[in-house]
Amino acid sequence: MSTASASVSVSKSTPAPEPARGTPARSTAKLRKRLMSIVLSATAVVVFAFSAFPVYWMVQTSFQPNNEIIGSEVNFWPETFTFRNYETVLFATDRAQFLPALGNSLVVTIATVVIALVFAFLASLAVTRFRFRSRKSFILTILVVQMIPGEAMIVSTYRVLDDWALLNTIAGLTLVYVATVLPFTIWTLRGFVNGVPVDLEEAAMIDGLSRTGAFWKITFPLLAPGLVATGVFGFIQAWNEFLLALVVMSRPDMMTLPVWLRTFQVAHGTTNWAAIMAGSTLMSIPVIVFFLVIQGRMTQGLVSGAVKG
Amino acid sequence: MSSLTAAPPEALPGPGPDRGPDPQPKASAAKHRAGFTPYMLLIPASVVLLVVVGWPLIQLFIISFQEFGRAQVFGAPAPFIGLDNYTKVLTDPAFWNVMVRSILFCVVNVVVTMVGGTLVALLMTRLGKFFRVLMSVGLLLAWAMPALTATIVWGWMFDTSYGVVNYALTNFFGLDFHAHSWLINPLSFFFVATLIIVWGAIPFVAFTVYAGLTQIPDEIMEAAQLDGARSTQRFRLITFPYLRSIFLVVTILQVIWDLRVFTQIYALQGIGGIREQTSTLGVYIYQVALGSGEYGIGGAIAVITVFFMMAISLYYVRQSLKEEQL
Repeated sequence: MSTASASVSVSKSTPAPEPARGTPARSTAKLRKRLMSIVLSATAVVVFAFSAFPVYWMVQTSFQPNNEIIGSEVNFWPETFTFRNYETVLFATDRAQFLPALGNSLVVTIATVVIALVFAFLASLAVTRFRFRSRKSFILTILVVQMIPGEAMIVSTYRVLDDWALLNTIAGLTLVYVATVLPFTIWTLRGFVNGVPVDLEEAAMIDGLSRTGAFWKITFPLLAPGLVATGVFGFIQAWNEFLLALVVMSRPDMMTLPVWLRTFQVAHGTTNWAAIMAGSTLMSIPVIVFFLVIQGRMTQGLVSGAVKG
Repeated sequence: MSSLTAAPPEALPGPGPDRGPDPQPKASAAKHRAGFTPYMLLIPASVVLLVVVGWPLIQLFIISFQEFGRAQVFGAPAPFIGLDNYTKVLTDPAFWNVMVRSILFCVVNVVVTMVGGTLVALLMTRLGKFFRVLMSVGLLLAWAMPALTATIVWGWMFDTSYGVVNYALTNFFGLDFHAHSWLINPLSFFFVATLIIVWGAIPFVAFTVYAGLTQIPDEIMEAAQLDGARSTQRFRLITFPYLRSIFLVVTILQVIWDLRVFTQIYALQGIGGIREQTSTLGVYIYQVALGSGEYGIGGAIAVITVFFMMAISLYYVRQSLKEEQL
């Protein structure tokens, strides 16, 4: 698919060869085309600026001393470059602190990704490589579960976790997150497993491998990129999740990064925007990096999903 | 980043005429018919979903028919009161205000996002490589930004005293926005909220529509051009019918996400909005149930919301099933 999109874009971006030149009508047409392309390129620059500006603004504010950003002038580039804000964020003795929150976020996110990947992988094998009675109803259930609004579920999720003494525990939040990312993970992995032809496995079995052996030696290596992409996607979702974390982890020492950031922002909202931007930057950077890494693969999946017969 | 949650990219159906022959029968013929193995493989995922989604869902229904307030949290028995919670909710003007506000907000956001995203996608097809890559990088940055940090950063940009927006409007455009508060007035609060949501959602729409646009055979477009169709006609007569199903699915996803919006509104209220005048459904449920401890009433609102959302999602689920051979 990527080749198709490339060829289309090339044919659109390079002007058609001009057999003859010089006639006035043709040169006006050429001029108009030229003008059009300038207007379009300028629009693209505006879209770029609009999209990227908040990210730029976050980072550049985070490197300015707080007393300079609350002056009457606004600096579009740090006049005095400082790491003070990052020190404030990392070592402030607030009610809720950054480093413990970072730890909680890492543990919950990694546990979520690992558990969800294993469970989803097993489930996706079942629905792609086997035919059994309730296969279709399972897939249907996955799709429906994915559509249940978590915002509505918080009422009883909170009650249920409270009953099981899982509020303010890593296990509780991880459990909820695994359930949140599972449907999507199963659905996506199902697509990736489907993409590896069964024939490959069968050929290996004819050559003398057992079914399990054929699977691990042939199919699994081909699936690895799909597993990584899906895992990173789950990572981003769990890392960014705010509402459930707010409901489950209310104790200051159990907060995850998003809940910490919001607490920090409410506490310093009018006094120290520079430190808040430093905190925001610290929380966003891993996500942005991961996102840029997998984006090609996800967009590819998205496109191949669109053309798959 | 609400646009990230549960976006099954592979569920996006492509234009019908473009599809090749169905490869599925051959593949499924080769599938194993095995007794218990598939069920064993499904056990872990099923158990998690039953425990964390199924059980709370049942509990949600039960709570919505109970008197369940602060007293019950501390161990008092929760009596069943029939439809009382539902009557209370449905006769409460505050609930209807929230409902109408959420729907209006959702409609505005979806329309702006879809139109904006489609325009950006069309623009992408007509750009040279350099400008296309440049624009894509910007869009990816906006897409990658977590919803919470995005809201906080926009909140800082719109800050009353030191925000860059007020500064630029006052100093570069000569308008009097000195110390202007954007969040205190509900209408301008929702303007900022819309800006944040549309900014974060356009990349998803743009890239998806762009992926669809590249599937339209060049010959058809050229033929139409030769026949004298203007660009608006070409969009209406060729592009749109081709991308119909993509548009429908993306629109439904946007409707669902924008109706469910929580993070942006909640965080923006923390920066400076008036709760009573700016809450949407998700935030309202949170406030009623966890804020005021009215779990019974919150449960009733939640059940209504679940049914409402599921009705909207039905088309999406049906479409996903139709497009993907199971």
